[in-house]
Amino acid sequence: MSLTKGLHIHEARKHLDAGDFTAEELTRQTLQAISEKDPLINSYITVAEESAMADARLADEKIRKGEAGALTGIPLGLKDLILTRGIRTTCASRMLENFDPPYSGTVAEKLKDAGAVITGKLNLDEFAMGSSSETSWFGPVKNPWNLSHIPGGSSGGSAAAVAAGLCLGSLGTDTGGSIRQPAAHCGVVGLKPSYGRVSRYGVVAFASSLDQVGPMARSVEDCAILLQAIAGHDPKDSTSVNVPVPDYYSLLSKDLKGLTIGLPVEYHGAEGVHPEIRSAIGEAVRVLEASGAKTVEVRLPHMAYAVAAYYVVASSEASTNLARFDGIRYGYRTPEAASLLELYEKSRSEGFGEEVRRRILVGTYALSSGYYDAYYNKALKVRALIAKDFTDAFAGCDLIAAPVTPAPAFALGEVADDPLTMYLADIFTISANLAGIPGMSVPCGFSAKGLPMGLQLLGKPFDEATLLKAAYAYEKEAAWDRGLADPAAGEKS
Amino acid sequence: MHVAGLARLHMDEGDVERMATQLGTILAYVDTLKEVDTEGVAPMSHAVHLVNAMREDTVGEHLGVDIGLSGTEEKEDGHFLVPKIVG
Repeated sequence: MSLTKGLHIHEARKHLDAGDFTAEELTRQTLQAISEKDPLINSYITVAEESAMADARLADEKIRKGEAGALTGIPLGLKDLILTRGIRTTCASRMLENFDPPYSGTVAEKLKDAGAVITGKLNLDEFAMGSSSETSWFGPVKNPWNLSHIPGGSSGGSAAAVAAGLCLGSLGTDTGGSIRQPAAHCGVVGLKPSYGRVSRYGVVAFASSLDQVGPMARSVEDCAILLQAIAGHDPKDSTSVNVPVPDYYSLLSKDLKGLTIGLPVEYHGAEGVHPEIRSAIGEAVRVLEASGAKTVEVRLPHMAYAVAAYYVVASSEASTNLARFDGIRYGYRTPEAASLLELYEKSRSEGFGEEVRRRILVGTYALSSGYYDAYYNKALKVRALIAKDFTDAFAGCDLIAAPVTPAPAFALGEVADDPLTMYLADIFTISANLAGIPGMSVPCGFSAKGLPMGLQLLGKPFDEATLLKAAYAYEKEAAWDRGLADPAAGEKS
Repeated sequence: MHVAGLARLHMDEGDVERMATQLGTILAYVDTLKEVDTEGVAPMSHAVHLVNAMREDTVGEHLGVDIGLSGTEEKEDGHFLVPKIVG
């Protein structure tokens, strides 16, 4: 029996507790699946075989003693910008190719404390800067449903590994859509929590006012379980907010009576949306209505400016955050430098890839003397208007439904040399990060070419529970689960 | 080139030309922000209103010198080594 064949976290829990198989068996089969299938999709940067087996043995002991929690013995992967002591953390960059972090991130510690088995570190766009997972120093990730297409990004490895069954769930990070967009392209569920819901201590920073860590899995239930494990205030992250964390799993319900869903005219009427996406979203909205939800039109008048505001804010923050990579304390150091300045410049230029350098330059320019007001400050004001649009819209609805992406996944290399077109792929996801609200991507069908598509749900700040509830009702009603993606089948076609 | 210097990035001629073209396209797109009337709008640097997170000024857990220096080979007597900066 193949244990990993389409198994969900909540199902694995029952089997592990009933003694149908052990965590060791489950982990061994997951590692086996990685060694067979990952060469085709490149979703892992590092497979932590030894420590995963040690995690599994510990988990089996807990299970035997009846001390198992929801994640005890569950094989999970982490996006490779979450620090893990003992497992190298690369950010998919030459800069950190051999970096063994001095401590672990809070989310990694929390999963470990919950008894999870950490299978390894998942591939991404370098320093999470990208929408296709093509800029990794360790090579691009491929979409497990069709190997000639991108898996989305930047959490492309986290999405692809889950879709192909190379872990049962994963953590990604989302700065402008980096959980939701790859989730949509790989046909998995992904949740970007509200800004402040999850600790970012020990998560390498890209844009500190936008970044959030969140779960990716093959069902809404599994996402609820994972969010439960990582949510909550952390004294080590002063931006994590001290508000109660509800019991997400128990709040899932198929009945959406009393719920009002807003449909933004700016999204649903947007030009350039692929007809297959448009019809899939229309159908998804009908399913939500059939589950009891009421729909209303809402307006988000400043959405057309979200991508521009985002690229100023995100690049500015990135240029500041990445200033820490100096070639001296950790990370790549150029072998030859005559002066300290040359050491900085050569280490950074040789260690960072092209997209990272491009964003550092944009951010440095936007923050430089004489341009600060015209770019950075202006972008922050537009950001305030975008956030207010959501506040106004949520006065008349409980959540918002929209597409995740304008089109199904593009082909590998298709827009790799065109940064602006790549940025515009995030047009529907970016505004949630600017406003700090939670967002979710739920599979809502396959294109004629067999590529997955995603429905996006956006919620009020700290109201992940309503998002999960609506996503759960939709998932149960629409039943889009086609099981695991089989990269080997994609290779043949 | 000036911006690259500020960002401590080294760029050769080819880099400069390619990057300048791409940055030009990106900045032209960003210029659409100028269409938005932001008169009287307060800049929003953060999504949640935070007050300073204060704690007692006591020594907590911290990395030792060895772990702190573990990310580099270039070290001596508990210090990071850099190229000579004064003559």
